[in-house]
Amino acid sequence: MSFVEYSEFIQEGDVVIIFLGHDSMMPIKVEAGAQTQTRYGAIRHSSDLIGRRFGSKVTCSKGGWVYVLHPTPELWTVNLPHRTQILYTTDIANITLMLDLKPGSIVCESGTGSGSLSHAILRTIAPSGHLHTVEFHAQRAEKAAQEFKEHKVAHLVTVRNQDVCKEGFGVVGVADAVFLDIPSPWEAVTHAKKAFKRKGGRLCSFSPCIEQVQRTCEALLEQGFEEICTVEVLQRVHDVRSVTLHLPDFGPEDGGAESAKMASEEVLLAANSSHPSVTCRTATAPREMAGHTGYLTFATKPRG
Amino acid sequence: MAHPAVDSDEESRISEGDYVVLKRGDVYKSVQIEKRKKVIFEKQWMFMDNSVGELYGSTFEVDSGGKLILRKPNNTEDPTDTKGAGLDNRHIVDDGKSQKLTRDDIESLKEQGLKGQEIIQQLIDNSTTFRDKTEFAQEKYIKKKKKKYESNVTVLKPTSRILAMMYHGREPGKVCHLRYDTLAQMLTIGNIHAGSKVVVFETCAGLVLGSVMERMGGHGSVIQLYPGGGPVRAGMESFGFPSHFHNTLHEFPLCKVNALLSGTLNVSEKDLDSQSNGRSDEQGSSSQVSTDRGDESSSEPQSMEVSTDPAEAKKKEDSEKLREQKAQEKRVRMEEKRKRLAAAAALLEGQNADGLVIASRFHPCPVLLGLLKFVAPSRPFVVYCQYREPLIECYTKLREQGGAVSLRLTDSWLRHYQVICFMIFFRIQFCFICHLCPKVKQVSPIEQLHREGKNILTFLIYCEEFLFQAVLELFKRSFQQFFTRCKWQMLCSNYVDSNDLQYLTKVTSHFCKYFIISFHGTTL
Repeated sequence: MSFVEYSEFIQEGDVVIIFLGHDSMMPIKVEAGAQTQTRYGAIRHSSDLIGRRFGSKVTCSKGGWVYVLHPTPELWTVNLPHRTQILYTTDIANITLMLDLKPGSIVCESGTGSGSLSHAILRTIAPSGHLHTVEFHAQRAEKAAQEFKEHKVAHLVTVRNQDVCKEGFGVVGVADAVFLDIPSPWEAVTHAKKAFKRKGGRLCSFSPCIEQVQRTCEALLEQGFEEICTVEVLQRVHDVRSVTLHLPDFGPEDGGAESAKMASEEVLLAANSSHPSVTCRTATAPREMAGHTGYLTFATKPRG
Repeated sequence: MAHPAVDSDEESRISEGDYVVLKRGDVYKSVQIEKRKKVIFEKQWMFMDNSVGELYGSTFEVDSGGKLILRKPNNTEDPTDTKGAGLDNRHIVDDGKSQKLTRDDIESLKEQGLKGQEIIQQLIDNSTTFRDKTEFAQEKYIKKKKKKYESNVTVLKPTSRILAMMYHGREPGKVCHLRYDTLAQMLTIGNIHAGSKVVVFETCAGLVLGSVMERMGGHGSVIQLYPGGGPVRAGMESFGFPSHFHNTLHEFPLCKVNALLSGTLNVSEKDLDSQSNGRSDEQGSSSQVSTDRGDESSSEPQSMEVSTDPAEAKKKEDSEKLREQKAQEKRVRMEEKRKRLAAAAALLEGQNADGLVIASRFHPCPVLLGLLKFVAPSRPFVVYCQYREPLIECYTKLREQGGAVSLRLTDSWLRHYQVICFMIFFRIQFCFICHLCPKVKQVSPIEQLHREGKNILTFLIYCEEFLFQAVLELFKRSFQQFFTRCKWQMLCSNYVDSNDLQYLTKVTSHFCKYFIISFHGTTL
């Protein structure tokens, strides 16, 4: 198992995602002899996981069953231990496309945070790219580096514990793309500029507040960035379900028995219930949904 | 230029045969660089010859002969001479007489070979209302005219971002109205990455296929399933991938999926099958040959009589040879095709693909249920459909059938924000303060304000309510260096009666308009 390469079978040391049910998952690290408690009972790593195929159904000690899934950056995003506010897949998807990321890209990122975006970047730039990620919080940087190692992507990433606004990314003239998710991105724009390859590249800054966006745009404009554009992306999840709609009763019709018979045939399905009704499949938008996460500001660093 | 070359410029130079994207403003067009080939972009024709050897990202001016002239990177912004600006638009009357130049005048200017920039300057000089326009209206005017008269074109290296935006902007029907943010979701949710084996079924002109291939970087394999006679790949070609990328691409006809699944298309039988196919193909080609012969004889009826002519005999022999050669080539091609089919079949047969991406005009339900069989356990798949209802059916069927978890039906919502920057703000702020204290000389206006104790200002801020805080913050931050005690309150213009304040209000509100962070009217 690796976050940048699929495997067929579960091995010791792998991180797997236990799928417990709708929107209920947990990540576990597979260790010979270890056990993990779930609400369906214990999972014994040696007998239930190691050597089994990813996607297998595993019966827990209390008789309930779970699926064991291969980790992906997207599953990791919804399962990772939060050390900070994290970026979610909807934003990550757009960041990846709009930064032109692909295998071989060299990317600078700050801050590392909980590593949600970092994993997605690493997946896309593997096997030949590199991620330089900067985190000013020592413990978070350390924890991230440890996770990258456990997820077998450490060879693709350099974690630096420094303040990007003061010390930059620790590399100059190498990046194809730069990503900023820090409280004052405008203070890091000059460092970002220096990090780019001579031929330029793409930059993205993520900020929750429009005031931050404005100051960032100003700094970007001042530093000669082009194609500055700010977007907000949301994903709506539609709930697919059956709804039952009652049919109105206008009383017996004058037309006689024939039309009444036809009508009764149409609602045959629901005829045995007290009210005639029709059931249809539909998808409803959620009553409440995760709204604003942040503004994504993209810009192009021209050659020079 | 003496900068140490960390990255080689050689690979970022445009060469003949490259697929590139032309850009002007928000408009993109994908073309292949061919010498002496006319390209039409934004109603203007041009030859790409001069772009060869230049760097990607270069901007060119198109001259009247359609030739590209490289623009120096420094003077991208033009010092358009505007000579003053009005405060608001109260004096602007739309009587159709403001522009003194006629259509014909402009045409003749163009014929004289004037550049876009010069034409715009002419238009400004001959506009009676331009000077009364506000600075911002002027900017907008120039922008609009630039779009019309400037003939710049930037040559870019294609990426899935650029091509997705191009298709969405120019030909959304060709890509089933797939928007770039949705494509982004598909590539990420599908976990498309180097080294995996991905099955793609699309009728999006090859855009989705190309985007998948870009994310795979030439590692792993992509199997394109296609409906009808052959795969459509124009969009993929526009990416201009290096040749080794094409080695990872396989195709398999949708109509043979059942045969493959039922085992009637297994390897040994395929050999037999292909041989018999080959034979029938030979027959086909020979029958074609015979019709060719028929054509020949009918076109040259006299040749029979002079068949003793050695030259004629040689000619006949040559044509015979040519025919055989053609048949041979065709056999080779058929063999090649068979090999490709066998290779694709072999990849699918394992039923262990790492991903499945569907974006088509077809009903997604049978497509998904049919192709899901090729995907290994614990792998993501993603289906795009322009319409919601077929996906509801898809969701329901798959739910009933089982074999998949974490099913979600989603849509992506995108909004662009127009962010106006401070740089403009500071410029205005200065003249604003000057207006306030015209009486005092020799003291900087700001200091003067301090001395007079006018450190409480009341503004009227025209903006939508929810943006009020943002605008206020902007003002606060910009003014706090000049004023020690700031008091901020919101007023309504109707209640302002003091003359001073009215003036202030007028000026401020005029500025404020431009601090509004406006939305584009489309929720995408």
